[in-house]
Amino acid sequence: MKPFAELLERLLFAPGRNTKISLLRAYFSARPDPERGYALAAIAGALDFPGAKAAALKQLAMANVDAELFDLSYDFVGDLAETIALIWPAQGDDPPALPEVIERLRAAPRPAIPALIEGWLNRSDPSTRLALVKLLTGGLRVGASLRLAKLALAEMGGVEVHEIEEVWHGLAPPYEDLFAWLEGRAARPAAGAAPVFRPVMLAHPIEPEDMGRIDWREFRAEQKYDGIRVQIVAGPQGRRLYSRAAEDISAAFPEILEAAAFDAVLDGELLVMREGRIAPFGDLQQRLNRKSASPALRAGFPAGIMLYDLLFEAGEDLRPLPFDARRARLEAWFARARPARMQLSPLIPFASAEELAALREGAREAESEGLMLKRGDAPYLAGRPKGLWWKWKRAPLSLDAVLMYAQRGHGKRSSFYSDYTFGVWSEAGELVPVAKAYSGYSDEELNFIDRWIRNHTTNRFGPVREVEKTLVFELGFDGAQTSTRHKSGVALRFPRVLRLRLDKPASEADRLESVRRLIR
Amino acid sequence: MPPHPASWLKPTPSGLYCLPGDFYIDPLRQVPRAIITHGHSDHARPGHAQVLATPETLAIMRARMGERAGASLQPLPYGETLEVGGVRVRLVPAGHVLGSAQVVMEHQGARAVVSGDYKRQPDPTCPPFEPVRCDVFVTEATFGLPVFRHPEPEGEIAKLLQSHALFPGRTHVVGAYALGKAQRLIACLRRQGYDAPIYLHGAHANLCAVYERLGVGLGALRPATAAQKAELKGALVLAPPSAVGERWGRRLEDPVVAQASGWMRIRQRAKAAGVELPLIISDHADWDGLLATIRETQAPEIWVTHGAEEALIRACALMQIRARALSLIGYGDEDGEEA
Repeated sequence: MKPFAELLERLLFAPGRNTKISLLRAYFSARPDPERGYALAAIAGALDFPGAKAAALKQLAMANVDAELFDLSYDFVGDLAETIALIWPAQGDDPPALPEVIERLRAAPRPAIPALIEGWLNRSDPSTRLALVKLLTGGLRVGASLRLAKLALAEMGGVEVHEIEEVWHGLAPPYEDLFAWLEGRAARPAAGAAPVFRPVMLAHPIEPEDMGRIDWREFRAEQKYDGIRVQIVAGPQGRRLYSRAAEDISAAFPEILEAAAFDAVLDGELLVMREGRIAPFGDLQQRLNRKSASPALRAGFPAGIMLYDLLFEAGEDLRPLPFDARRARLEAWFARARPARMQLSPLIPFASAEELAALREGAREAESEGLMLKRGDAPYLAGRPKGLWWKWKRAPLSLDAVLMYAQRGHGKRSSFYSDYTFGVWSEAGELVPVAKAYSGYSDEELNFIDRWIRNHTTNRFGPVREVEKTLVFELGFDGAQTSTRHKSGVALRFPRVLRLRLDKPASEADRLESVRRLIR
Repeated sequence: MPPHPASWLKPTPSGLYCLPGDFYIDPLRQVPRAIITHGHSDHARPGHAQVLATPETLAIMRARMGERAGASLQPLPYGETLEVGGVRVRLVPAGHVLGSAQVVMEHQGARAVVSGDYKRQPDPTCPPFEPVRCDVFVTEATFGLPVFRHPEPEGEIAKLLQSHALFPGRTHVVGAYALGKAQRLIACLRRQGYDAPIYLHGAHANLCAVYERLGVGLGALRPATAAQKAELKGALVLAPPSAVGERWGRRLEDPVVAQASGWMRIRQRAKAAGVELPLIISDHADWDGLLATIRETQAPEIWVTHGAEEALIRACALMQIRARALSLIGYGDEDGEEA
């Protein structure tokens, strides 16, 4: 357990993605099977121990510690798992190995589990105890996603991360076959007929300098939908719904799975759709990040999919075919299969670049984010190949907002106040926060803003500084939605700094009612 | 029957006052006569007329405050006794920082001990705490909760050295309080084999020089302020925690930010401080240290000056020892960093 506990501790405090990846890589390279595989499973959230819940662990701790002292400590620490781990009176230096913990928990009858855990806690030092408690109660919360772990594994094995994604869902803890492949001791595990995720093809944003280079006649246009990218995998071996990041989100969308009565792998956009009409992104958010969906939620926010590509049909891999050929197969398949809750994303005809530009400008009215452009002769390739798929987002909305609070950034920006909260004027004449932005300024501007913040701080709340409400920024954003987190009741989507408006007095910043009007 | 210390040792707004001796201990305001337990700025304040302390504490006060250390400074080495108006005063090592002392007072057969700040872990830069039997023991409670148990410092130093080996290209900057913590870290690093030069923030350099003058060897030290960015690559740098996140820290390229403090035991605290490598190294007694010390003094009554008083008083009640909070305001806030 100890090396695993040390890994979790370093991950929790590691400031950046690259540091986390190198920590994970060092761990996976150094630790033996099956320990590293179980660690990977813990990070993947693939382990569950029904007999070991937080309340039971608290009882164990309370049996050894005065109740008043426990409560005072819990008040101070604020986290139950951590309080238990720290207050545990015994101190050992012989913690159990991670595989032992997992294998014995799986084998033990439920009533025997508390005593088992008590013995382990007695044998462990505080950081191992915390790792143990977090492992048992689920939710490591160390800021390392499965995605980061896969990136670390890809580095370790010298393979592309999509090669791991492709076999991942056919694997099970402790993943010995995966490590054997990555270390060159065995062939890549077969994805087989299991309903595994296939790496997705991504688009580049069109920059102004790209415009002249694009031969528009070679491209097909579609709407860019404001939902989330998904992959539906269905066949005799089962059905799955995956997010773009290969996360299995099947359980949250049972109606989609039910509708997937076919043998195919499809690429598309998950949306909330009512009678064929696409609802705003805010509606879809009600369904995201959930483990399941109640009947009420399903009825209120019915999910649907806009289909735009066909990767496999009845086991046949269509990915090497050009887009036009895949599109023809998709249309023919759709005409036959007619799956419920799914629509074909229509191709948008256009005759010239000018016409396309006009279509993009009109995208806001059409409730989409802009346009997707796909080369007619491009195969379906994993990753983000240059020049084959483009996304051409509509021009951002903008408003002038006043800097209210600032916080220091991380990594390279850890000594700079680089994370900002912006507000606009409410009807009552107060500034109310509507957005947080961390990007869009140059290094030079950052220097200026950082200095300004240090010289105009009026209040401090831990790491947060409140500043004089005088500095105005022009913010770009993609839309507005209702928010329960902001006091203003609205939040901007993808806000970023467009420019500093030193010329503008704060009183001339935008009003809340004009932001509210943008909510779709 | 000897007079109970409560009748001759009183908490006042200026600090703890000894009536028959007519002096204050670690006074919070300027007073005519002060006994200072140690040099941290929340205990050693400037501008008293007469100051009594260990020679080491006086040297530290002079280095930090110059003329303002006091009009007249009287050294009292550990173990020597001085009569002050019917009170026999003795200073005994507290193990907190160099020069730190408990004030032992005897008056007509009753004995009270004011510990100042103290720790029970070994520290190569100062003599260890010596428990003294007494009738009233006045203790701090900075880490007076059972979640605070400081690990052995060797293991924490080893963590720092491991990280240094794992990220050889990154500057490791350790946030550490300038008096005591910095010198202890350096001495521990030397003991565990790190003999390369250690780079210092200006605030640390002065006090390191005082320690060296008082006979505590710290090895090769260099000013970080004068060093080039390239020279600091892969080096160990010590700085006050507040400087690391400020502009001063920008001279460091891609630093690993460490901090040495007892508060690092609590993960969210460490995270909120922007620390990547928390090191649980404290110059205060942890929970077990507080309870063990209370038992060793065999005092029937405990007064708690500052920190988590409530929990420590509860623990005393469970041990059937009388305890009360003195509620002295003003200690434990030397930027909250000296823990």
